[in-house]
Amino acid sequence: MSAQASAAAVNHIPAENVETATPLLQIRDLKKRFSLSGDFLEQLRFKGGKLVRHQEHVHAINGVNLDISRGEALCVVGESGCGKSTVARTVMGLLSPSEGEIHYDGQRIDNLSSRQLLPYRKRMQMIFQNPYASLNPRMTIQQTLEEPLRLHHPKWNRQQIADKVEEVMRSVGIDPDWGKRFGHEFSGGQRQRIAIARALAVDPEFIVADEPISALDVSIQAQVLNLLMEAQHARNLTYLFITHDLAVVEHFGTRVAVMYLGTVCEIATTATLFAKPRHPYTQALLSSIPRLEDDRPQHIRLEGEVPTPVHLPSGCVFHGRCPYANARCRQEIPLLQMQNDGTRVACHAVEEGRL
Amino acid sequence: MALLEVSQLDVRFALRQGEVKAIRDVSFTLERGERLGIVGESGAGKSVAAFSLLNLISKPGFIAGGSIRFEGQTLNTMSERGLRKIRGNRISMIFQDPMMTLNPVLSIGEQMVECLKAHRRISSREARAIALDKLRQVQIPSPEKRLDQYPHELSGGMRQRIIIAIALLLDPDIIIADEPTTALDVTIQAEIMALLLDLCEQHNVGLILITHDLGVVSQVTQRMLVMYAGRVIEQGPTREIINDPQHPYTQGLINALPQMATPGEKLNQIRGSMPSLSNLPSGCAFHPRCDFIKRADGQTRPACVEQVPGFVQTGNCQVACHMVAELLEDRRLKEESQ
Repeated sequence: MSAQASAAAVNHIPAENVETATPLLQIRDLKKRFSLSGDFLEQLRFKGGKLVRHQEHVHAINGVNLDISRGEALCVVGESGCGKSTVARTVMGLLSPSEGEIHYDGQRIDNLSSRQLLPYRKRMQMIFQNPYASLNPRMTIQQTLEEPLRLHHPKWNRQQIADKVEEVMRSVGIDPDWGKRFGHEFSGGQRQRIAIARALAVDPEFIVADEPISALDVSIQAQVLNLLMEAQHARNLTYLFITHDLAVVEHFGTRVAVMYLGTVCEIATTATLFAKPRHPYTQALLSSIPRLEDDRPQHIRLEGEVPTPVHLPSGCVFHGRCPYANARCRQEIPLLQMQNDGTRVACHAVEEGRL
Repeated sequence: MALLEVSQLDVRFALRQGEVKAIRDVSFTLERGERLGIVGESGAGKSVAAFSLLNLISKPGFIAGGSIRFEGQTLNTMSERGLRKIRGNRISMIFQDPMMTLNPVLSIGEQMVECLKAHRRISSREARAIALDKLRQVQIPSPEKRLDQYPHELSGGMRQRIIIAIALLLDPDIIIADEPTTALDVTIQAEIMALLLDLCEQHNVGLILITHDLGVVSQVTQRMLVMYAGRVIEQGPTREIINDPQHPYTQGLINALPQMATPGEKLNQIRGSMPSLSNLPSGCAFHPRCDFIKRADGQTRPACVEQVPGFVQTGNCQVACHMVAELLEDRRLKEESQ
């Protein structure tokens, strides 16, 4: 199946809407560095008889631009260390960006104080990867689900809160009688349902899901993925969906952004990306999905491994592993460029028609 | 006679709450150079099955019954000394997390030499030469340098290559690989799997691959077992099972994959979740989640709830399912009456 079938069937939103409507979330030139060198005193070194300040950084995100329109599910894929989770956390305000801006519904939110951010926190919620770690072990399910409601609806009375908790539990397929239990009494799939219920409790319009099904078993993954899709249709949700599982992306995503070493190398609608991957990294990534069919195309072998984000390669971050790299790729950083089918690719080889 | 013959293996864990039967009645064989996949979700007992092959089950677990025969020797009753001659030497293992498997305070070379010298009377220099040769086989760049490096200096993919090199050190007959690529990224996973496959074919090594990933199994193995709640529920040639699964659980597992559905449509899910081993449902352990326990007339098939299903043969596969057994019986009766 795949390419042709998905090209025919995909997309909850017509392509032209994606282009014209003002995006719900805009990420502009986002950069995030993490210091490796500790505090000021730890940074001081003696060098040639002089005291010098020495700083090293992990360059987790290096200039990411993304727009997310209302009602779509934007999937960010990449391998570990490519910065996809950092993007998610920065969008949610759990990390502050080193450079760049994040706009939500037209309003810049990355520089707001936590008090100013509170109304936005109600509109955007997050689901984490590991439901064993994201639920407070000392709180019952009822308490876990009440907490965001108490915070965001301080005027609600007890009955209103209880009603809302019950409603949201039903909507994710959890028996409201289980509210007195604790997180550890549930299986991984049920815990993830509770985590989803917690995110849905305040009726958000935007959900950031960071690998929400990776920690679950195969038969449970389908249940949770179905639940996320049902919630999207029922509540008109917008998703930023972080994952490394391309099969999930193909099924779930409206558009896909492929990340490598802190930069976006290709953005396309899901159908286009799977039918016609442009960037050499995307091609390699797609070819390495283990498929059930036995007549699959040979997988593209990449030379070497992902370089460390501490010392970024010059030019295109992918050039060390790219079979098409030339002198220009080693010097000049490629920018995302629009192709005639709306795909945007950051690759000199694609731009020059070498690929 | 097969190289490895496991029959009616029964492994239990003696816990305070009582005995938990981790795997029951698991039987399979492995021929020389054959690649076998064991598939299941967490808690299905696939890792316990693999560990028990080398008697690596530690207390409170124990092998309560059945036999594991390797070249005619019974491994489960063998002395610890005898087992040591087989472990790592004739049958070696690759574990999921390469960082946990390698010793962090020994250099790669020291670990490899140690392993060789434990099994063979050779000098350190000879051992180093063999180690170097194996590192070349797993296509590690600049292998001489790697011998003096420590595990933390290497990336995840590189570490897993080292583990494969160590597994191959003594030219084993069988490699047991427990989720060897689960901790790795997809591009690295594809390379490691291709490497493992090449090496097994080159050296005619048998492979037992434990995984939850049906895609990996379908590309690497020739035969597969599907496990559910401690039992094998379907086994046979990999292609046949993937293309035409008979057991409702196997069908559910394959149909639940996103690639089996139209993008954007609802996925075919299996309802509920795997039961806890200490509290298994009666009869067929899958029956509370099964869509086929009702007959065509709407009546629940009593056997599903009361009786553990035995294997029936369909094509080249064996399936443990009352529904399949009944269909086959009906077909046979029809043919006889004609």
